[in-house]
Amino acid sequence: MSFTVLRILPELALVLGGVLVMLIEPLLAPACSRRALGWLASAATIASAAAALLQLHIPAGTAFYGMIQVDAFSVFFHLVISAVLLVTLLSAIDYFDDGTVRHAGEFFALTLFAATGMMLMTSAAELLMVFIGLEISSIATYVLAGYRKSSLASVESALKYFLLGSFATAFFLYGIALAFGATGSTSFSGIASGLAHSQMPLLAAAALGLILVGLAFKVSAAPFHVWTPDVYQGAPTPVVGFMSTAPKAAVFAVLIRIAYTAFPALGHRSAAIFWILAVASMFTGNLCALLQRDVKRMLAYSAIAHAGYILAAYTALGPDAIAPICFYTAAYAAMNAGAFAALTQASGTAESNSTSLSDIDEFAGLASQRPVLAAALSLFLLSLIGLPFTAGFLGKFYVFSAALHAGHLWLVVLGLVNSGIACVYYLRLLLALYSPAPASRAAILRGKPARLALTLALSLCAAAVLLLGLAPTHVQHLAARAAATSLTTQ
Amino acid sequence: MTAINAHILTLLLITPLLGAALIAILPSRGRILQWAALAVTTLSLLFTLHLPVHYDYAASGFQFVVNIPWLATPNVHYHLGVDGLSLWLVVLAGLLAPVGVLVSWNSINARAKEFYIIFLILQTAMLGVFLSLDLLLYYGFWELTLVPMALLIAVFGRTERRRAAALKYFLYTFLSSALFLAAIIWLYARTGTFDYLELTSHPIPASCHALWLASLAFLVAFAVKVPIVPLHGWISDAISEAPPAAAMVLAGKLGLYSILRFSLGVFPAQSAHIAPLLVALGAIGIVYGACLALAQNDLRKLIAFSIVSHLGFCVLGIFSLTRTGLDGGVYQILNHGLSGAALFLLVGFLYERYAVTDLRDLGGLAKSLPWLATCFVITSLTLIGLPILNGFVGEFLSLSGTFAVHPRWTILATLGVVLGAAYMLWTVQRIFYGSPGVAVQHADPAHDLETREHLALWPLLVLMLVLGVASPIFLRAIDQFSALILKGGR
Repeated sequence: MSFTVLRILPELALVLGGVLVMLIEPLLAPACSRRALGWLASAATIASAAAALLQLHIPAGTAFYGMIQVDAFSVFFHLVISAVLLVTLLSAIDYFDDGTVRHAGEFFALTLFAATGMMLMTSAAELLMVFIGLEISSIATYVLAGYRKSSLASVESALKYFLLGSFATAFFLYGIALAFGATGSTSFSGIASGLAHSQMPLLAAAALGLILVGLAFKVSAAPFHVWTPDVYQGAPTPVVGFMSTAPKAAVFAVLIRIAYTAFPALGHRSAAIFWILAVASMFTGNLCALLQRDVKRMLAYSAIAHAGYILAAYTALGPDAIAPICFYTAAYAAMNAGAFAALTQASGTAESNSTSLSDIDEFAGLASQRPVLAAALSLFLLSLIGLPFTAGFLGKFYVFSAALHAGHLWLVVLGLVNSGIACVYYLRLLLALYSPAPASRAAILRGKPARLALTLALSLCAAAVLLLGLAPTHVQHLAARAAATSLTTQ
Repeated sequence: MTAINAHILTLLLITPLLGAALIAILPSRGRILQWAALAVTTLSLLFTLHLPVHYDYAASGFQFVVNIPWLATPNVHYHLGVDGLSLWLVVLAGLLAPVGVLVSWNSINARAKEFYIIFLILQTAMLGVFLSLDLLLYYGFWELTLVPMALLIAVFGRTERRRAAALKYFLYTFLSSALFLAAIIWLYARTGTFDYLELTSHPIPASCHALWLASLAFLVAFAVKVPIVPLHGWISDAISEAPPAAAMVLAGKLGLYSILRFSLGVFPAQSAHIAPLLVALGAIGIVYGACLALAQNDLRKLIAFSIVSHLGFCVLGIFSLTRTGLDGGVYQILNHGLSGAALFLLVGFLYERYAVTDLRDLGGLAKSLPWLATCFVITSLTLIGLPILNGFVGEFLSLSGTFAVHPRWTILATLGVVLGAAYMLWTVQRIFYGSPGVAVQHADPAHDLETREHLALWPLLVLMLVLGVASPIFLRAIDQFSALILKGGR
């Protein structure tokens, strides 16, 4: 039992960091730069990642009376979340550094708390713990979405996210209640054994359905995606980078536990649901993205499509699906967080209206003014397209191989056709970057010189995309280990 | 020497990439970038010349092989090799690179740095396609050719329609590649290997129906890239927009090589079944392309359709599936590479002088530009298929090989030879003879070819003659490949 504290060490590091930031913030003079707080939060994140790595070396097991379970699986997602968190914090340090947004310290603290909730979700061993983690992360993210208090779009974004998000959470909670009614337990292993003797199969199926509705909302899978574009468009860019990747990673982890540990008995039903969700998300995301002029909206729809690709792997019932899902989640986190870090850098600080870039055409000529930034953004876009030698390609390859192994040939064909459709809108942005710009826009495009923190964030993502595309062996091993341990419940 | 032989292919792939990195850090002052690009591409040409010098013409199978495990799951190897088919194609690709740099010397001034970086990456990708013996590695390079090519068209294209042309090109090729990837994943799921040698040495354990679908997915992807009629929709826009250096390598080689290597190699039975259809498409393409070319007033469009027509001979020869026809088909790929490149050089030089592509605006140039006229006439004669020049050898072998099995289609194709002579000679007449056109009257008196232009052209013209009179040198290796592929082995 001496491992109890160790098993929540990553979360503890984040919470401590967040509390420290909140304590220091009011002591600073209003005019004082908040950069130091950002670096403090980043340090807490690195400590948390180190703690997660440490957990690999202690025996896997549960803590707090079976509420959380720490194994290679939870560690994998902890690492993904802390990496995204680090990139978000680094890109936010410069973003809020122009004096128009006060209380940047709050931002850092809230991001840390949100990540804490997500980490708890990935190590949760029972549904109530998932719910608590979900709430911790969601409430912090609602606030983050509305962080540009003077901007109407940002406030609208936060309100929409909050209302629809609470609605979805209610579905999830109902699902937990029904699951408890059907099986007499809320822990994953308890549900699995309860299902075997359950007299009420319909109730259990309804429970699974409601839980999936709640979680599908969080990963913005169609048809539960309507909030995504508006929220992404309004929220501050670094926050979008964060909430389009980290919460999704956490929810995908929970989905794995639910589909493969808690409800394996209903596998054939959940596979059908995942099939529909995957195809609907891919088509909705890609077709709607084709019509967008606003880059953030376009990436919002692209995020929906990518959720569809990942969901395609869930149709495979065996443990074969878990490692591809883990890998794709990491790859997606790297490329999407990278794309938003690049957008953050391109649109300058805090997106004051005169200098922000939102329409695709406004990106024209970025390459001639800021070649390195444009090259980095191109790399992320190519990875999102799924071009070989990048993270996106291998991710897609694993996911679709898993679906094919499960016999879903049509899903694979539809998925690959979708990645063909997707390349149109990514490429449109890519070509815009390299097309000539009117001379009047040169100064806007040149923006402020690149700062250390943002550059660091971009290089981290670029390195991750290339590493996952060219030398993915280590991550694959970790994903395989995660897959192996996720199926052994304590 | 053995040490060089073991690493020469890696060296070939890496040289342009290192060159691209070098150009990225060089200052864009004066002609530094052009000289650097010329040096890198010449070095790369010298490396490719190492291959025919040290190639063992008596041995069959792949030589200079590198085979290193790269990924464990999926089982991908860094597997490169050269055989009779790829030997001269690699040299051709090596030769066209410095020529491409020379032709871009003055025409690409703005953003020369980006141009040469993209051009060198494209060079690596093309060499990678010819050298890869691992299906996934090959697919990686295949896709990697698309983006630089689309960028070259979109950024350095001639008119305002360049972005649309680039998008069209990318869509055609990427969408067909999506199905190709589905087939590759399926093939891997069936056989557990991407290795070309393993794939071709064992029959693929799958139903006849599935094999058909997979072979079609392969063939369609390649046919789009060639392009084979009726999948040629992208070519006229792409060719008329692309800068000469990109237009030279846009069509032909990659697609036809892939058909020979992978369609015929991996799916011999299916290819043999579908061969009569492709012979018909080849013959129709020859006549159809020639008819369209006859109707054009725009020089670039005329060339685009003449390419469709000329590539028809390659398709015809290849799918005759006779040894003579295959020899002719492969030989014709080399011819097309040379004479097509020469034609694009000449058209590029004309465009630099008069900035028009409409044939009605040109005329009477033979007097003021005797050298250019001479080179153009020689190139036209090769394209027509005049004996002692290379075009004759390829066309003759293709047609005589096909006549044995498909006499009717061959007769139709021979009609295309006559039409080809008609439009080429008419073009020569319209550009160089008659009364001077509007553009010529209003332009400053143009100077004839300068040293740089002679340097780019003459190697090609000399090679046309060499390939015309000394064909056995080249056919020796090619014939070895033809014999092997007809035996059903690789």
